[in-house]
Amino acid sequence: MSAPTIRDYGDRALLLECGSTDEVLGCAAALRAADIAGVTDIVPGARTVLVTLTDATYQAATRTRLATVEFTAPADPVPPGDADVVIDVVYDGADLADVAALVGMDTDGVIAAHTGTPWRVGFGGFAPGFAYLVGGDSRLSVPRRDQPRTRVPAGSVALAGEFSGVYPRESPGGWQLIGRTETVLWDIDRPLPALLAPGMWVQFRAVDHL
Amino acid sequence: MTVLEVVGTGPLALVEDLGRPGLAHIGVTRSGVADRYSHRLANRLLANDGDRATIEITLGGFSARILGGDLDIAITGADAHPAVDGIPLGTNSIARIRDGQVISLGTPHTGLRSYLGVRGGIAVDPVLGSRSYDMLSGIGPPPLRPGDVLAVGEPADRFPELEQAPVAAITGGLVELRVTPGPRDDWCVDSDALVVTAWAVSERSDRVGVRLTGTALEHRWPGRQLPSEGTVRGAIQVPPDGQPVILGADHPVTGGYPVIGVVTDADTDRLAQLRPGQPIRLRWSRARIATAEMSDW
Repeated sequence: MSAPTIRDYGDRALLLECGSTDEVLGCAAALRAADIAGVTDIVPGARTVLVTLTDATYQAATRTRLATVEFTAPADPVPPGDADVVIDVVYDGADLADVAALVGMDTDGVIAAHTGTPWRVGFGGFAPGFAYLVGGDSRLSVPRRDQPRTRVPAGSVALAGEFSGVYPRESPGGWQLIGRTETVLWDIDRPLPALLAPGMWVQFRAVDHL
Repeated sequence: MTVLEVVGTGPLALVEDLGRPGLAHIGVTRSGVADRYSHRLANRLLANDGDRATIEITLGGFSARILGGDLDIAITGADAHPAVDGIPLGTNSIARIRDGQVISLGTPHTGLRSYLGVRGGIAVDPVLGSRSYDMLSGIGPPPLRPGDVLAVGEPADRFPELEQAPVAAITGGLVELRVTPGPRDDWCVDSDALVVTAWAVSERSDRVGVRLTGTALEHRWPGRQLPSEGTVRGAIQVPPDGQPVILGADHPVTGGYPVIGVVTDADTDRLAQLRPGQPIRLRWSRARIATAEMSDW
């Protein structure tokens, strides 16, 4: 892994550019381990890590400090034997047939592909507890729906682009819905409200009912 | 125990503090007061720690009754002509309100947000470590409603030293904000158009973002997708329609529109006082040097 390119992002944040989501996760882990003074937030994206600072006086010093961080090779992208989280899914989503047609499989093939390999949490966004899952079966890459839905139920399991995700709560959404789960992705009353955090491995499992 | 009983809220009244930093990676934005400068000033006048919660009042209209004892208050930000039992009260100063009296705000002539601070701070229950309401995700104490009763926190051991702070009036005219080049400034054909264009604040602006209207910025690669990346308060995103959006306190934690400039951290507080229709100019906070040309020297 080469050292990330560092760009100024305003006067109290820096943006680190990486080659892949795996490198992003490695970079974010290295930054957390480095425990740099004045850092407020370390925010992974698809190809970047944003580092926000307490105030503008930390900008120049942090830029210098980042040059000394040891960005080692990302963690082995081969998933561990046991995923961090197993999510049971009934694959009866409204777009399952459309997805099957788009990727040239039958619906059983889509289910087998979605459950065949574990996914990894790349980054968050969109809503509290929503995780952009990456690294699944690359054949499942599908565009967003032309017409986003105004209401997608909580627990909907979906695909868009290279990503899979589970809607943490009811919201509008444009992803292709392939199934549903009762696993609670976000509960503000839990000590850790978000079930999924960047770097975790997720295994989907097909079930007949929840 | 001294409390505030909300009588009227105006268009929007929220409890806010300095937000919940450190949770962006699980999709929780920092949130917190839109105008940190005015919030901190209210707390300083009251000898509160800066993280005590205040009430952020948008376009005035708020009123509350003090019950259970006397209370020191300070009102900062947009001058909404505050009064106590109908008698005018100065802004940016500390005032003692007696048990049973009613504080009321009118409508500000300039500026958008007023901050009502109380000695000890507004002590609603924190959510994920903060008393801020995040409009985007609905986390935190919900928008205030008439009849709400708000507890007041324990005051600090220190005592107020400052009776009145000299603060320049908030302008209703042209506002100039300093901007640094954004990480994706090459995604527009001419990012200098950002500082040349006469912009106006759109009425579709809120705590999530201030939308600008003006001559649309031209994308260099129309239709090209930027992989989602982290965002900050003050980031200037350019959606496909070319009308920029300056992200506010409740911004999404990641976004896929290119950020071509970033309002300096200090100037985001002034941004929070801009009203719909108000003219705005952006200017680079430091000279942009064309490195390619420099290398010919």
